Amino acid sequence: MEYVLALVVLAVLVTVVVARPWVGGEDLGGRVDERRSELEAAKEAKYREIRDVQLDHATGKLSEEDYKKTDRELRGQAIEILKRLDELD
Amino acid sequence: MAAVGSACLVVAFLTVIYAAGAGLYAGRTGSRAAAVSGRRAIYCLAGLMLLATAILEAAYLRTDLSFRLVANNSSTDTPTFYKLTAMWSSQAGSLMLWVLLLSLFSSAVLYSTRKSLRDITPWATAVLAVVAAFFLGLMLFFEEARPFATLMPVPAEGNGLNPLLRHPAMMFHPPMLYTGYVGFTIPFAFAVGALITRRTGADWIHATRRFALIAWSFLGFGILLGALWSFAELGWGGYWAWDPVENASLMPWLTGTAFLHSIMIQERRGMLKLWNVSLVIGTFVLALLGTFLVRSGILQSIHAFGESTVGGPFLIFIGIVLVGSVALVITRRTDLRPEAKFDSLASREAVFLLNNLVLVALCAFIFWGTFFPLISEALTGKSESLGPPWFGLVVTPLALVLVLLSGIGPVIAWRRATVANLRRNFAFPVGALVATLLVLIFLTPAAGSGTSLIMFSFVGFTVAVVIQEFWRGSAARRSMTGEPRGVALVRLVGRNRRRYGGYLVHVGIAVMLLGVAASSAFADQQDARLSPGQSMKAGEYTITYRKPTAEILGDQSGTGAPITLGAILDVQRGNRHFVVSPSRNYYPSGDAGPISRFFEGEATSEVVVRWGLLGDFWAAVQPDIEALQGPIQEAESRFADSSGQVQATAIQAIVQSYANNPPPAAFRVIDTPMVVWIWLGGGIVMMGALTALWPGGSGRRRLSSVYAARLGRELERA
Repeated sequence: MEYVLALVVLAVLVTVVVARPWVGGEDLGGRVDERRSELEAAKEAKYREIRDVQLDHATGKLSEEDYKKTDRELRGQAIEILKRLDELD
Repeated sequence: MAAVGSACLVVAFLTVIYAAGAGLYAGRTGSRAAAVSGRRAIYCLAGLMLLATAILEAAYLRTDLSFRLVANNSSTDTPTFYKLTAMWSSQAGSLMLWVLLLSLFSSAVLYSTRKSLRDITPWATAVLAVVAAFFLGLMLFFEEARPFATLMPVPAEGNGLNPLLRHPAMMFHPPMLYTGYVGFTIPFAFAVGALITRRTGADWIHATRRFALIAWSFLGFGILLGALWSFAELGWGGYWAWDPVENASLMPWLTGTAFLHSIMIQERRGMLKLWNVSLVIGTFVLALLGTFLVRSGILQSIHAFGESTVGGPFLIFIGIVLVGSVALVITRRTDLRPEAKFDSLASREAVFLLNNLVLVALCAFIFWGTFFPLISEALTGKSESLGPPWFGLVVTPLALVLVLLSGIGPVIAWRRATVANLRRNFAFPVGALVATLLVLIFLTPAAGSGTSLIMFSFVGFTVAVVIQEFWRGSAARRSMTGEPRGVALVRLVGRNRRRYGGYLVHVGIAVMLLGVAASSAFADQQDARLSPGQSMKAGEYTITYRKPTAEILGDQSGTGAPITLGAILDVQRGNRHFVVSPSRNYYPSGDAGPISRFFEGEATSEVVVRWGLLGDFWAAVQPDIEALQGPIQEAESRFADSSGQVQATAIQAIVQSYANNPPPAAFRVIDTPMVVWIWLGGGIVMMGALTALWPGGSGRRRLSSVYAARLGRELERA
């Protein structure tokens, strides 16, 4: 009896939790919000890469030529991300 | 409450089946409701597993012997500390732990990606749910793996916890290992999602890198705790025996190490995509294999706590994961093409690749050595094992190369190293290597071991590299910001935690291997049988057996052992004198007479270790209780039907007779240098891992105004 009761109570609780998105009781998050979140993460990663490259250059692990090339590429990519972020507004 | 626990597992199983279905549906149709519902099902799984685990732990704490698991692995006299840990000494309990950890990890990653990776996450949810369903299925459909099975009638007393597991390190060793094994499920699940959706860029790596690092750290710490337990508890004097289950934990750690390095190449240059998904698949399969080896009993090991019927399903599941993953990789091979090529063999990319190859080769050799008994039995009908000397032969040279590469990797240039780069970055470390070599040759006995000499020199090289990196990094920051050196150093590390945390890990690994090399090459181990008053020598120590000890309920380590026999030893080294008291604990057996059972059960060594930075003293004793057989048999025949009080008095008299007329005892004494460096190195590794894992603020806050302004100007021009 205890087993059946526990089974029913737990199953009902789980059903309530997982069914909510189906019955419209929760904000599922729009595509735009999600895209913004992804772009923000990408921007953060790109800025980290730029800093990494600068540190590598400053500590002698990247030649001047490679540094300029890589830095230019990364900054171009960062600008692309910023543009796409602006387009969402 | 066992019924509620069982109900939790049944509902958890149905929930993950639903989560898998919802994930697959969301993946195929893009349904947002299905994706969110699947994610919520995983949260429910975590709640259900927390409730089930709490019920089981509560049963252990109150010694509810109606639970079969509690009766099998605990008892009323098991110390509370060990009652808490007894859950994972059983098969069913450790499977529970697996699913609990998986549910928590899965919930955390799905929460952190709830607003990103819309395409990949549903598939990852499905994979995580299928893995959970497999483990829950084992617990529901295999009698021996049921955590909430009950006993009727309820036994009067339980079997107690295996005495060998009564050590503080055992409180944390299994959960640490399992956290490591389970944690690698996360990058695996997202890699599968990335392959299915053909989004094979670095997105899935960004989302799961932190989880991979957590898994790697816990697995490493768990391995280290196991080594400490082996050294301090098992009484054989070593910390690593190339036992199958030890190896099983080391293999995914090695491939996980390779993965954490090679993803940097994919993030930076878009290379090694195929290699990275292969590594994460391999690491997850090896993690499953590790769990399988412990739980199947297929290979003889101190860790394999008995034969099991879950081995078959485990093997089938591993096979399905492996075949399915490989098939997926093959069908997506065109999406895994690199975006760039290696510019030069003298580059950081090439060194990282070489480091990966060495790590994978190490793993392959260890795999071969571990499974050789099965392979030889299948081919010749006779099981043969390769043993520690074979492992030492193949692992040592590769370990040396790894230490060297861990020094070269951080300072060699990306793309192509020029002569100027090499001169600038390697002059100081190479100088340190040469200086270490000369000091060791002329001022220490290290020249007696070529391997140690090379290892020590490479460690010197690696430490010098890291010191140089910290120095130059802080100097570069100082020149840009004008901050004082100390402030610049702290802020440099704070803003580049992953990089400098990684450097600390390199130093820690090098220091650990230094300890391994020194303690392996220069230890002096001596065995002797001594009577009171006799002496022996080990290394620079002279040890004299002063007198025996014999106690009832006198175990100092708190394991609950009723009888402890031991010895008091006077130890002399030069002018230094100290006294140590190793002992051996005896635990009652369940199937002998009322008196003899106290002498015929399990016994464990309570080793004495005196730690020192340059040398450790280690001693263990094995009392000869054969001499007590006469009194034991006599007491058994006379007092078998007497009251407990009388029997206790008889046991006390027997124990006292050991102290009064001690037979010769067997001693093992080791003068071993620098074992403590292994644990110190482990501490440095953990410090580095914590630095790399330490959460930071948002990119917006961390972005310096200089970058923002420059990027802003370029944005206007673009």
